[in-house]
Amino acid sequence: MRLAEHSYRTISSIRGPLIFLEKVFSCRIGEIVRIISPSGEEREGEVLKIEGNTVLIEVFGETKGLDIKNTRVIFTDSIKSIPLSEDMLGRIFSSSFTPLDGIPAPLPETWAPVTGYPMNPVSRARPEEFIETGLSCIDGLNTLVKGQKLPVFSCAGLPSKEVVASLLRYARLREETGEGRRFVIVFGAMGLTFHEYYFYMKTLEELRIDFVAFINMADDPVMERLLTPRFALTVAEYLAFEKKSDVLVILTDMTNYCDALREISTAREELPGRRGYPGYMYSDLASIYERAGRIKGAKGSITLLPVVTMPEDDITHPIPDLTGYITEGQIVLSRELHQKGIFPPVDVLPSLSRLMQNGIGEGRTRHDHRKIANLLYKYYARARDMRRLEAIVGREGLTEQDRIILDFGDAFEREFIAQKERRTVIETLDLGVSLMKRFGLAI
Amino acid sequence: MREIPGTITGISGPTVIAEVKGVRLYDRVYVGRQMLTGEIVRIEGDRAVIQVYEDTRGLALGEPVRSTGMALTVRVGPGLLSNIFDGLQRPLKRLEEDMGFFITGGKELYGLDYLRRWRFYPLKKKGEEIRYGEIYGYVEEGPFKHYLLSTRDGIIRWIADGEISLNETLAELEDGSELFGCEEWPVRKPRPFKRKLSPGEPLITGQRAIDLLFPLARGGTAILPGGFGTGKTILEQSIAKFADVDIVVYVGCGERGNEMAEMLEEFMKLTDPWRGRPLMERTILVVNTSNMPVAAREASIYTAVTMAEYYRDMGYHVLFLADSLSRWAEALREISSSLEEMPGEEGYPTYLASRLAGFFERAGIVETLAGRIGSLSMILSVSPPGGDFTEPVTQACLRTAGAFLMLDTSLAHRRHFPAINWFQSYSLYTGELMEFFNKKISPEWSILRQRCNEILQKEESLREVVEIVGMEGLQDSDRLLMHIAERIRLEFLCQNAYTEDAFSPPERTVERLKALIDLYDRTLELIRKGTPFEEALR
Repeated sequence: MRLAEHSYRTISSIRGPLIFLEKVFSCRIGEIVRIISPSGEEREGEVLKIEGNTVLIEVFGETKGLDIKNTRVIFTDSIKSIPLSEDMLGRIFSSSFTPLDGIPAPLPETWAPVTGYPMNPVSRARPEEFIETGLSCIDGLNTLVKGQKLPVFSCAGLPSKEVVASLLRYARLREETGEGRRFVIVFGAMGLTFHEYYFYMKTLEELRIDFVAFINMADDPVMERLLTPRFALTVAEYLAFEKKSDVLVILTDMTNYCDALREISTAREELPGRRGYPGYMYSDLASIYERAGRIKGAKGSITLLPVVTMPEDDITHPIPDLTGYITEGQIVLSRELHQKGIFPPVDVLPSLSRLMQNGIGEGRTRHDHRKIANLLYKYYARARDMRRLEAIVGREGLTEQDRIILDFGDAFEREFIAQKERRTVIETLDLGVSLMKRFGLAI
Repeated sequence: MREIPGTITGISGPTVIAEVKGVRLYDRVYVGRQMLTGEIVRIEGDRAVIQVYEDTRGLALGEPVRSTGMALTVRVGPGLLSNIFDGLQRPLKRLEEDMGFFITGGKELYGLDYLRRWRFYPLKKKGEEIRYGEIYGYVEEGPFKHYLLSTRDGIIRWIADGEISLNETLAELEDGSELFGCEEWPVRKPRPFKRKLSPGEPLITGQRAIDLLFPLARGGTAILPGGFGTGKTILEQSIAKFADVDIVVYVGCGERGNEMAEMLEEFMKLTDPWRGRPLMERTILVVNTSNMPVAAREASIYTAVTMAEYYRDMGYHVLFLADSLSRWAEALREISSSLEEMPGEEGYPTYLASRLAGFFERAGIVETLAGRIGSLSMILSVSPPGGDFTEPVTQACLRTAGAFLMLDTSLAHRRHFPAINWFQSYSLYTGELMEFFNKKISPEWSILRQRCNEILQKEESLREVVEIVGMEGLQDSDRLLMHIAERIRLEFLCQNAYTEDAFSPPERTVERLKALIDLYDRTLELIRKGTPFEEALR
């Protein structure tokens, strides 16, 4: 601990979001600095690198208007933390942590560093409590459980925000939470356009569920985009593990986050990896995604639903690829289904929930859940194969049985995948069974 | 131990530069007031570049650095089994007691419990000669005799008998030196043995596709590359559960925390099918999840392999599993780039291949210094970006690994698990092992294996025809082949990791395949005689 704040006016260069400061005699890595521009505006920055008495500082927010001579840098001797309080519920904040709803900021109950600490793997409880999302394609075939991280892989132009909105509207925990536990949504948006912002705000306000939102707009500073998911998760950890809530965190859009990461990395002159993204992107994404989970003996949970827009619809692009390696499955949206007018346009074949096994069956959903899911999956996969065959030999060239399968595939998409209203998991399973029965398929 | 003090002059991420004199490369250092663990990776005059294994947040300029004068080591001795460590061999359960649910760093904890009492049984007597690496006694660690190996040559002057703990002397030699129940071993230095043998015994995994088509050998190495969702982790864990070995060391290297939680819970419950004892009793877990410090991830596989070698030296068959080696390589890349080294392919350092080769060479079946036969086998998963096998890590592994079990995304999409591609995978141990299988399991083993391969090959070539003319257009004998091939795929190669079927002993494996091939032969005979397909199959 230093006894007094010390300030410097020894900036040697400013480059993008980076400032080089000289003749610094004491500072910490990761320390927060306050930067006062000549016009008196204040912004924050973080110590990124120390080399002798030269310090590299990364500025959160705009560097426009800073100069070498008159800009003052004040060292605070603390690392980036945010104030936390239960009064944050129902509030909307910007990515610089200022309230966007015009009400003063809540009084902090405690403070926590935004980067968090890794959860001890032996403290983790295995995720196994079913979350009913109300969507058949998820509940029936790719079941979500509490503490899971399940991304939505979308493509440009697909209704990912409408899918997220239906999840927000429909998602419930099956067993009553009781004991003062509650269900809270933390919403983190990176690089949002106004159009999207408007849509999400309207959805959140209609919800009547407790939520906290952090909004980084498309024209907000890029550096803040890197902080947004961390704000959201720090709040989520507080609500989950100190206030015993079941928290659903929605992060959209991780593609904007990764692009910001690349932009900052390039500014730091780091070695670029695949497609220019930094080599540490896996670890960086993991430091976000891995904050989801449950703790043994603790009441709350963090479930994470990030949205990733796949550039060029390519699932092997580094962003969806690295995301898929960290998360426990993925929900893949399909352009083809969207064009057919199916909503939600979820392609169940490449979609997967790795933790499904833990959350279904007797006592959780229904004893025959696994069996029904496997059968639907099998028949639908066969129908998709048949479609390819049909394109070659024509419908006439198929056997009677193949034609039935083909029709089943269409009905499955129109009636099971597509939905306008919330379905309980029991309704979903019954629907699946009746669909197979209607086509005389073996169950 | 000679401690050398110094001060921090620069910090960049996990790399710290310190002013410190007279240190050696790869010495372990304590960094800052928090006493973070680090390792010296470069020396330039009086400046040392230190790789810190923990989160450096909050570290300040001018804070002290202290070199221990020793390399990064692990402590090996009784009590490693059924334990869970992080990449620096800190026991995670005790870390939880100390820090709570989140790991905040800056805490040194030894891997072994020095207070625990063990019953020591001497195997040498006073006045007997003992050589380095020889067994002088044992303690009982769960179902295993944990043999204690001498750390020097000499003549025994006194040897303990009865209850001991690890900080007590177990024997004294004539020259006044003492033997303890544990020792420190530098992680990057392979433990010595008398000689390496050629792998000739199979490593039964209980996975039909592996045991039959791509058998692994004790002391051999195998890689499991596959894109995400191809079931690498499930397969690694299934092998960890069911493999016919004495001891399993499993490294969760840069992977998911929830997966580890699940695995822990399962391993506590399950029993080892070969010995009927709780699975955890034969297992050591080393866990460095993706959000834990990157540099410790790099060290984790060395920490784990050193413990594995330690048990091998007692004459046990040890299986080392790592999930995933790509995360290790990425950690190496991150470290390399923070040291501003010249990058090679895709940013990986150019020494990636040689480091990997050096690591793979720590596997093997050996005659130990004590004259016993012990083995260390490795099965390592690889996560190629975009599922593209031409990337540097997969390619570097291919040059050294003895078996390549390629996990196929398209099989995984069809929910064919384990998604081992039967055309592209290979095992270099097949030749050596066939004899064993034919003799010990079934005389028909290699014939059935051959038939199985032929049927699958033929199916592949017929598949194209079917695409055009449809199933109906095939001859009855070909339709039969397609039918049997499908059943081989679904009933033989597929294995559900969540049911009883998860473990298939070799006898049952061969029986199951024989039933299908017999059915094929019988039906084919009927078809040749003119019975229509549907009827013949019935």
